[in-house]
Amino acid sequence: MLDDLYPPPGGKAQTGPGDALDGAPEARSENQKPLRLPGLVRRLPPPPGFLMAPLLQAFVTSLLKRHPEMFERLGDYGERRFLIDPVDLPFVLMLVPSPKRPLLIMKNRGAPVPWQAAVRGPALALLAMAQGEADGDALFFTRDIVIEGDTEAVLALRNALDDAALDLFEEFEAAFGPLSGAMRRLRPAAVALFEGLRRALTQLERLKAGADTQNGDKATARA
Amino acid sequence: MTINAAASQQKHPGGKPALELVCPAGTPAALRDAVDAGAHAVYCGFRDETNARNFPGLNFSRAELEDGIAYAHARGAKVLVAINTFAQAGREDLWQRAVDDAVAAGADALILADLGVLAYAAEAHPAQRLHLSVQASASTPEAINFLIERYGIKRVVLPRVLTLPEIADLNREIACETEVFVFGGLCVMAEGRCLLSSYATGKSPNMNGVCSPPSHVAYREEADGALVSRLGDFTINRFAPGEKAGYPTLCKGRFEVAGRPFYVFEEPTSLNAASLLRELVNAGVTALKIEGRQRSRAYVRKVVSDFRRAVDALGTGGEPAAAATDALSDLSEGSRQTEGVYRKTWR
Repeated sequence: MLDDLYPPPGGKAQTGPGDALDGAPEARSENQKPLRLPGLVRRLPPPPGFLMAPLLQAFVTSLLKRHPEMFERLGDYGERRFLIDPVDLPFVLMLVPSPKRPLLIMKNRGAPVPWQAAVRGPALALLAMAQGEADGDALFFTRDIVIEGDTEAVLALRNALDDAALDLFEEFEAAFGPLSGAMRRLRPAAVALFEGLRRALTQLERLKAGADTQNGDKATARA
Repeated sequence: MTINAAASQQKHPGGKPALELVCPAGTPAALRDAVDAGAHAVYCGFRDETNARNFPGLNFSRAELEDGIAYAHARGAKVLVAINTFAQAGREDLWQRAVDDAVAAGADALILADLGVLAYAAEAHPAQRLHLSVQASASTPEAINFLIERYGIKRVVLPRVLTLPEIADLNREIACETEVFVFGGLCVMAEGRCLLSSYATGKSPNMNGVCSPPSHVAYREEADGALVSRLGDFTINRFAPGEKAGYPTLCKGRFEVAGRPFYVFEEPTSLNAASLLRELVNAGVTALKIEGRQRSRAYVRKVVSDFRRAVDALGTGGEPAAAATDALSDLSEGSRQTEGVYRKTWR
């Protein structure tokens, strides 16, 4: 479950008369931000296309077979081309959730991709939203995700995905038939790896924030 | 005006607080999550323009509504069906069919706004419980008592523009239950009468079920990281890099006034009245409504479970505010919350 990896939204609530007009918005604490993968990850070479193409196609075809109601809920928006841009990964995805012929294609970042609606954000935030563990509007309010192009189509996709209540691990397992047993065995290791990574990055960000504050204090003192 | 003390007492027999938590469900999965999270009642609508949240990918087919009602009833929760847009001349059958189908599916109550739809429901289904939608814009004892007398409404959903003393006064003068919003989108207009969305796009929540229809919304991220939101031909806002964003509605837009950008009507902020639950009980309120049928299951689970704890805390003499105010800020528009006009120290 991604709730192991993606901290739920939180932060001290602001209530009280007048605060909507007078109070400064309170920043979320560092550990409540969606995890962004280290900058290095985006600079890595993307996975080879010849390997990813059949895997992604098998995945989206399996999704249609297992969740036809999700594709039906999309209605005409199923024929739109969606750009899914995990901004901290070296590739983007192009999705056409058509009930007739669904497509999921990986493209190297920077390669031309025709799209009509786009969602951009950290990979784990997009994953958490896709399986109903993060609220899309909240991620939009906090500027963690950005929507471009056909807003109506993006909303339709978000709502259809949310209703499908997907567990992406389960979907991958179901899609890859003979490989699913191996994937199931790898799941605890993958969760542990991501959780370790999240903790390490949170700690690094805290240390960096502390160092920045100290430097700022010194600069203020000098001034 | 006559004071109906008997009606007020009937709402809370024995003086015991009885707050019903009415929760949003935009999809069947959200309905199940709302029930599992502790909703006493869930409200939802059909996948067409008969309900005021007619957004793409949302809402229920007839079969989904039947399944949802069965799921809720099996767990002791009610389902209220919102048919709360205004019927269009020549197309009344769409609204009448929605009423018939909701009744046939076993809805515990219908939430209606249009007088013609109310009349049809009262005549065709006299045993069906009817609630008056906030879209009906009824906020005076005269208006509400007329609708009780004429159509037998059992509950009115009050607009988010009344203070606590006004709600208490109203409850003493009407012979039906009241439901008030406690969390979510803060509409500061005369609901059901607001024409801002219609002015900008030709579509409105009143007639088409969409406030700021997404078909007319566009976002653009600029090179410096600023986010520009537009509705039709209007620029609604330009959020600086890192600044928390809000919905692209005209009432929460930032416009240039006297040479400086300014929130003319209201800032991007959400209502959170968790700290006022005891006062709402004392004011005679029966039910609390959580806004957000257009929101995700994650929102529904979090907000419903927090408010259920708060409502339960009321019964045990605990502090309801602490249960429902922490950790909801990030789910709020602009990541900010307000008690709105319930306490009239606001603008």
